Amino acid sequence: MTRHWLGRPALQLVLPVALIWLWWVTSANSTSYFYPPLSRVVDKLRDDWMFDRVSTDLVPSLARFTAGYLLAVVVGIALGVALGLMPRLRRAAQPVTEFLRALPPPLFLPFVIVTLDIGNTSKIAVIALGSVFVILLNTVDGVRGVDPQLLDTAASFGVPRHRQITHIVLPAASPQIAVGMRTGIAVGLIMMIISEMQGSTNGLGYRVLAAQRSFDTAGMFAGIIVIGLVGLVVNLGFVVAEGRIMRWYRGARGLLDEQTVERRRRWPRRAPVVDHPIAADDDPVDADGPSTAPIATLHLAPTESR
Amino acid sequence: MTAPASAAARLGERVLLPLVGLAVVLAAFELAPRVGVLPRASFPPVSEVFGAFVDIVGTEEFRAALWATLRAWGIAMVLVTAVGVPLGFLIGSSKVATLVSRLTIDFLRPIPSVALIPLLVLIYGTRPSLKIALAVFGALWPLLFQAMYGIRDVDPVARDTAKAYGLGVFARLRRITLPSTAPFVATGMRLSAAVALILVVTGEYVVGVEGLGKSVFFFQSGGAYDTMYAYILAAGLLGLAINVVFATVEKRVLFWHASQRSTGLVTGATA
Repeated sequence: MTRHWLGRPALQLVLPVALIWLWWVTSANSTSYFYPPLSRVVDKLRDDWMFDRVSTDLVPSLARFTAGYLLAVVVGIALGVALGLMPRLRRAAQPVTEFLRALPPPLFLPFVIVTLDIGNTSKIAVIALGSVFVILLNTVDGVRGVDPQLLDTAASFGVPRHRQITHIVLPAASPQIAVGMRTGIAVGLIMMIISEMQGSTNGLGYRVLAAQRSFDTAGMFAGIIVIGLVGLVVNLGFVVAEGRIMRWYRGARGLLDEQTVERRRRWPRRAPVVDHPIAADDDPVDADGPSTAPIATLHLAPTESR
Repeated sequence: MTAPASAAARLGERVLLPLVGLAVVLAAFELAPRVGVLPRASFPPVSEVFGAFVDIVGTEEFRAALWATLRAWGIAMVLVTAVGVPLGFLIGSSKVATLVSRLTIDFLRPIPSVALIPLLVLIYGTRPSLKIALAVFGALWPLLFQAMYGIRDVDPVARDTAKAYGLGVFARLRRITLPSTAPFVATGMRLSAAVALILVVTGEYVVGVEGLGKSVFFFQSGGAYDTMYAYILAAGLLGLAINVVFATVEKRVLFWHASQRSTGLVTGATA
């Protein structure tokens, strides 16, 4: 059935098209205040968001999100590596990290508002605080999962600590760090929007709430659609970036789909997908990101257990 | 990391270290406002927050808020489970259904659920239904996805064998499908539970629906910051309790399953 000439893309489009059509038809003659005709929402979308409010609302929102999120990534990974490598510190920090993980992130908002006032700084702080813990905890978990023999071996070969972190710990923990970063995006976007719903003068969250308060339901729906698109694009961007950066991992774990393996077997870019450890070049960082080959080599070295 | 140690040393590692860590952090937040590192006006020392916490715990007001939050969370979780598990099984067990629904799900899932708040305010005002709807929309996805993955993981040999032996739909569901998908569903419910609590509290805080979140906002605007932090503490403890309960139940119920023998991913909360 899926091999039909309409094929997969057509099948995937059936439901979305049907739903949008349903929305369009059922709302066409609607006079309900809650349920404006979709055509008016589309008009609003064009009038408001192409492109008047892009610079006044969309860009400030995204700029704050980017700043807060990147801050969370840097702090989360740095602290996560530290806690992951120091079991005693991790134990000591456990009550605090567990509590902060369980605390619903929106409740960072009152703390930041009463300490920092309302402004860009506080919004960035809220986004960062909201998304940092999930990144941190995933990093800790990823770092804990690093084979201690690798680190012992590296240490006995005299590899300095910072190189152990960049060449062994971070690559080995990166799949889990990526999981945390992806979850962090979702939390960060939530924090972005609700921080703009509380005493703000611009931004996506502000705009949607303002439209609703001024009885502009079509404008509100248009704003919700824009937020949905932002969520979609940001997530898609992350997935694409992760796919590129983490390709070495999928290759090493045999997680690439057959087509890719076949394509790379025929036209190897640098190193074959499943390669012999010795065949890899000396520089562990190649075009596809850190290679796992040197790690595989270290596996063969005799080690003592901790 | 797992050096063989005497019982006493292990006890020290397991119990003493966290206590010491907690004590250090609490001491820091006690002293920081007192010596002026943090603004005293907006950040009361922890002893005052704990004092306020003790004061509010007995009050009718607090119990009403806690109950309102818990109740909305519970209803949301029942709805999420009732919709997410069957829908996930349905979509996951059919290739066509997976294909047909994929784009729609991929589009709906990344929409930050809080974007719907203005719409929900129009529909529900400040009634509890608002936070329940918000929580259901956000918390549905983790469970739905886990149920989809779970049903794909059912051993086809077991399924076909049961079919060949003439087991009916319900017998197969009870003996094959539910046990093999249980770990996935349990993980999904744990993740969804955290997300649902986040969104319930968000609805309360942002819109002003009765509950812990509204109380936080109330004392924030009133400038009673010690009480505000006490309510935040209560919300955090509630989140912690929910986490612990779900993790424990997962462990107890699924002790037989391989996934419980090693730790899984900390995916934390998405919404």
